[in-house]
Amino acid sequence: MKQTIDIVINQYLIAKWPVLSKVPMWAYYLLWMLIIGAIILGVASLIAGIASWVERRVAGRMQSRIGPNRVGPIGFFQWIADGLKCLFKEDVTPTNVDWPLFRFAPYLVFIGMFGAWAVLPYSARIYAADLNVGILYIMAITSLVVIGILMGGWASGNKWSLFGAIRSSAQIVSYEVPAGLAVTTMILVSGTMSMQGMVKAQTGPLGIFGWNIFNNPFTCIAFFVYFIAAIAEGNRTPFDLPEAESELVAGYNTEYSGMRFVFFFFAEWANMFLIGAVSATLFFGGWQGPFANPDTWWGVTIGGAYFFGKACFFIFVLIWIRWTLPRLRVDQLMAMCWKYLVPIGFVCLIGSLLWMSIFGNRIFFGLISAVATGM
Amino acid sequence: MSALQSDIWTLNMGPQHPSTHGVIRFILRTDGEIISDADPDIGFLHRGMEKIAELIPYASFMPYTDRLDYLAAINMNWGWALAVEKLAGIEVPRRAEFLRVITGELNRISSHLIGVGALASDMGAFTPFLHAIRDRERINDLFEEICGARLTYNYCRIGGVSEDAPPGWLNRLGDFLDYYEPMIDVFNDLITNNKIFVERLRKVAPVSAQMAIDYGLVGPNLRGSGVKFDLRKQEPYSIYPELEFDIPVGIGYHHGDLGSCFDRYMVRIEEIRQSVKIIRQCLKVIPEGEIIAKVPRTLKPPAGEVYCRTEAPRGEVGFYVISDGSPKPARVKIRTGSWSAMSIIRDLSRGWMIADLVAIIGSLDIVAPEVDR
Repeated sequence: MKQTIDIVINQYLIAKWPVLSKVPMWAYYLLWMLIIGAIILGVASLIAGIASWVERRVAGRMQSRIGPNRVGPIGFFQWIADGLKCLFKEDVTPTNVDWPLFRFAPYLVFIGMFGAWAVLPYSARIYAADLNVGILYIMAITSLVVIGILMGGWASGNKWSLFGAIRSSAQIVSYEVPAGLAVTTMILVSGTMSMQGMVKAQTGPLGIFGWNIFNNPFTCIAFFVYFIAAIAEGNRTPFDLPEAESELVAGYNTEYSGMRFVFFFFAEWANMFLIGAVSATLFFGGWQGPFANPDTWWGVTIGGAYFFGKACFFIFVLIWIRWTLPRLRVDQLMAMCWKYLVPIGFVCLIGSLLWMSIFGNRIFFGLISAVATGM
Repeated sequence: MSALQSDIWTLNMGPQHPSTHGVIRFILRTDGEIISDADPDIGFLHRGMEKIAELIPYASFMPYTDRLDYLAAINMNWGWALAVEKLAGIEVPRRAEFLRVITGELNRISSHLIGVGALASDMGAFTPFLHAIRDRERINDLFEEICGARLTYNYCRIGGVSEDAPPGWLNRLGDFLDYYEPMIDVFNDLITNNKIFVERLRKVAPVSAQMAIDYGLVGPNLRGSGVKFDLRKQEPYSIYPELEFDIPVGIGYHHGDLGSCFDRYMVRIEEIRQSVKIIRQCLKVIPEGEIIAKVPRTLKPPAGEVYCRTEAPRGEVGFYVISDGSPKPARVKIRTGSWSAMSIIRDLSRGWMIADLVAIIGSLDIVAPEVDR
């Protein structure tokens, strides 16, 4: 990435306008980062907005009603209308809140969710940054969300909000463990923490059979562990206890209004895409797929389409689950995490280790073909 | 309370809370999530129904009974009509009895649909609620055809019913039953047999048979505890003796505790099936004829008193009416099912979690106007 920037700066800008060489290099890098940040923010807003519309349409279909259908063709611009409405709404700060925390909390949630988008491998050549600790960075920065939610719930000065915040922090912190175990299994299998590196490690016949989920039986289980834990971290049904409409009314975001409320919701839908994207990257080969050749421009385009397609499929699954299942109770939620998911996560980790030490790096399908051909 | 004693919080649940099913308030004292006391605060919907009854003629009180329990208006109408008919010694024509049973059972289905749907929605599953509402809409359409209203039907009259079934209505009702009966199984597949849903309810807040009787629980809440008591069988009125149906009781469905929230829920689901069965039998044998008896314009029942109880969706509805021979009742006392269900919540919710309190309220199927009257 740095080479590309240097080439652009040296060959195009400075060669054309020599006066620009007096500008220090860090200023170019900063500008570059701002531009990339703005682009990702735009894409993220677009995806989160459209995801909100899709969710409402799909939910409508599932509940034998229509869903939004007034603004634009089949209600497509509903999310813009809602965004504008919330923008113009009064930003109420109740009197007995701890206002610096109250005002700051939505941004923290937003930063936590949005920061993770920087390392997503959208395609072979399309990414903002390829950190060598990419997946660790995602796990770390999404943890900011807990702090934001706890801050918001605490600072609201509302007991119901505090309930939501406490539930949320207990839930997210607990479910980091099985998610972390599943991710560790994948790091083990891929041999790298870089998101691009993980995708590249999943190269295989047709671009499909190299996917990590087909690597060995344990990685297949690890996917479900990760997906369940990710739903729980994203506070979605059946794990939406922090918001629990019928119990806590709205949980930690009860007292928020206007744009601050939108930030919470933006984070939720951005997180949906994030869950889908990370699942696709870790287990389903990211941009890998038939004809997704990373060396040609059309291969990169197809790869991007695969990536977004896979992520969108997971978004749909999340919506599907949300509008089908009831909600767990707090103790059941914790029991599920510590009694089931964490042990299963460990089994996946150790199982994958054993598998790799016995069969080497050969993936499951490779092994079958090897057995079929008599080793 | 747990051994780890922490601060006791006082928490205000309601009167504007999505799970209190109307304007009811609970003053909760909680230790973390665990409830140590839930003090019900009622009366937000008190309209002085019993006093109103003393001020107006017998027949004029009929529309007010709609508002006793707006989800089962016909069953309330019916209770009042029966009480006054018993007091004045009025014979109801046979076709009117059939129409009352048909509409009453239809109303029971629609009321239970809201009951089970709302419980599912309280448990966080919103889709089953809307599926229940979708089927209830069709029942409302049928009611609109027969009496012009979709919620407060005001259908029964003293001595009969207000309107005869319009042409083809009984066939359309048959069509609806053909459509609806398989939908019960669809609903069960969607939510009743859902693992999470069952786990949330099956061991929560069991009410023993003795406790249920002591607290005066009635209807599905009583039967959920395994007590086989249904006024349609025990003290049959109208044409119920001629009809064949079972009384579903709680048996600890899905290996849960007897009388738990899930048993009360399942009793409602099974009652829907029985109601369908009753309506089908009525449709086969409904006779032609008059729909209302000859009742004097100004009804003056002889002096005396009567207590008449009927089986509404939320259990026994009793009208205690005293007549002094004038056109207006001297005193009316109404006994409703939600009232006694409300009184058990405080004892029942102790030691359970806030999420369970929501399940308890939902499974007792409390409707606020029926509590307050």
